[in-house]
Amino acid sequence: MMSLLTAEGLSGLLFLVFIGVTLAGALVATNARSLIRSVAGLALCFLGVAGLYYYLNSPFVALMQILIYVGAVCVTIIFAVMLAESSDLKRVTRRNGLVGPLAFLTSGILIWALAGLALKTEWRPAPCLLNRGTVENLGQSLLTTYSMSFELISVVLLVAVVGSLVLARVGRDK
Amino acid sequence: MHVDPEIIRLLAFLIGVIAFAALNAAYLVWLERKEAGHIQRRIGPKEVGPFGLLQPLVDGIKLMTKQLIVPAGVDPVLFRIAPILVMVPAIMSFVTIPFSETLVARNLDIGLLAIFAFASVNVLGLLLGAWGSRNKYAVISAARVVSQNVAYEIPMLVTVVTLVMITGTMNLHNIVMQQQGGFWHWNIFNFSASPLMPVAFLIFFVCMLAETNRAPFDMAEAESELVAGAFTEYSGMGFGVFFMGEYANIVIGASMATILFLGGWDCPFGLFPGVHWFLIKMYFLIFTVIWIRWTYPRTTFYGLLNLSWKILIPISFFNLILTSAMLKVF
Repeated sequence: MMSLLTAEGLSGLLFLVFIGVTLAGALVATNARSLIRSVAGLALCFLGVAGLYYYLNSPFVALMQILIYVGAVCVTIIFAVMLAESSDLKRVTRRNGLVGPLAFLTSGILIWALAGLALKTEWRPAPCLLNRGTVENLGQSLLTTYSMSFELISVVLLVAVVGSLVLARVGRDK
Repeated sequence: MHVDPEIIRLLAFLIGVIAFAALNAAYLVWLERKEAGHIQRRIGPKEVGPFGLLQPLVDGIKLMTKQLIVPAGVDPVLFRIAPILVMVPAIMSFVTIPFSETLVARNLDIGLLAIFAFASVNVLGLLLGAWGSRNKYAVISAARVVSQNVAYEIPMLVTVVTLVMITGTMNLHNIVMQQQGGFWHWNIFNFSASPLMPVAFLIFFVCMLAETNRAPFDMAEAESELVAGAFTEYSGMGFGVFFMGEYANIVIGASMATILFLGGWDCPFGLFPGVHWFLIKMYFLIFTVIWIRWTYPRTTFYGLLNLSWKILIPISFFNLILTSAMLKVF
């Protein structure tokens, strides 16, 4: 039994808190009444995931998760909701009573399968630590080994920007 | 009972950071009112305590004893969460700011990134609060906050990227250590890296004003047109926490400018470096921020966006290219 008053004990507790935050955020995101609360739950979930990344020894990815997903993606979604949603709270009506139980069953099977796979696989430790996840390593591999994917992603983003501009123009002419 | 010294260190820094943030928020209000008073040829607060120094404490008690009204029709959960979402990231940013060579709660290797990551949550808090209020003024203010923050985050981050290219590290402690030994070593006068460094500092400072929603860029609050913008429906300490978050963010912005451009705790003449130099530079920058607020009127919204997209972003990109060329050639 480890005392809570040691650094390890506290960090273990914090790890559990992050897991709880991730799950709670995901539940809020899927079950909330209003869209905006769903987005708030999503932000909470992202924060929890960022904490988990930190425990996986990649603080850079954790901070990027906060900066991009919480700071940019969630804000963009809220902005879209603000422009689109009418001010009345829309209740999402469930069409079929079977949908809920079926969804739970499906996700249960999925979790069971993934957990079984993860537990039964014999994980071989890597022969040497190739990449410590530091900013230098990440930058070098992005610009050397994975430069092609890096460039492709930027092209996708460019297409998205140009496409949204075209759509906005068309809407304005009408 | 045996307690890990690391836990005690953690607690001490936690309390220290929260106390620093809260005291700064309280006394910057006093400074703001005094400075505004003297700029407008008044005295400012003077009744409570000598020079009105106890005014922030009395104000705090007043705000805390007021009823927390949650108006009918607001989203009660989001309405209550929003002030916390503004305040907590601001306090977390203080964790990695090095006040002197030894006085830092946690010296992160990517401290610079950590501060920008936490600062980005601030917008989310304002947005949720404004939308949760279900108030027309608040929603207009939220739309303004987002476009303003998106517009000014770009030149700010480009400037910071330029700086990181020069320093080669995102560790705030190391960034300050590179600037030791007199003011000609500071990044603002680092002409060998780029002749535009003072301009970069100016861009950073202007973006900091806009990111913290300070006048002349306080389009989010804009009391003459939007009542109080995102804070319209808030009363008592709900409003107080928003206010404290705003001042905490100003302190962080001024600290970042001090660390990145003005040599942190380094003395301009090489004498007695220490935490006092950091505080002098930081408070001078905060003084300037307040000075600007009471000197210039609010800009128009289009003026604000034009300044960023047509002036600040091109200049900061030009500086980025120039710096990379200079770093390659020399």
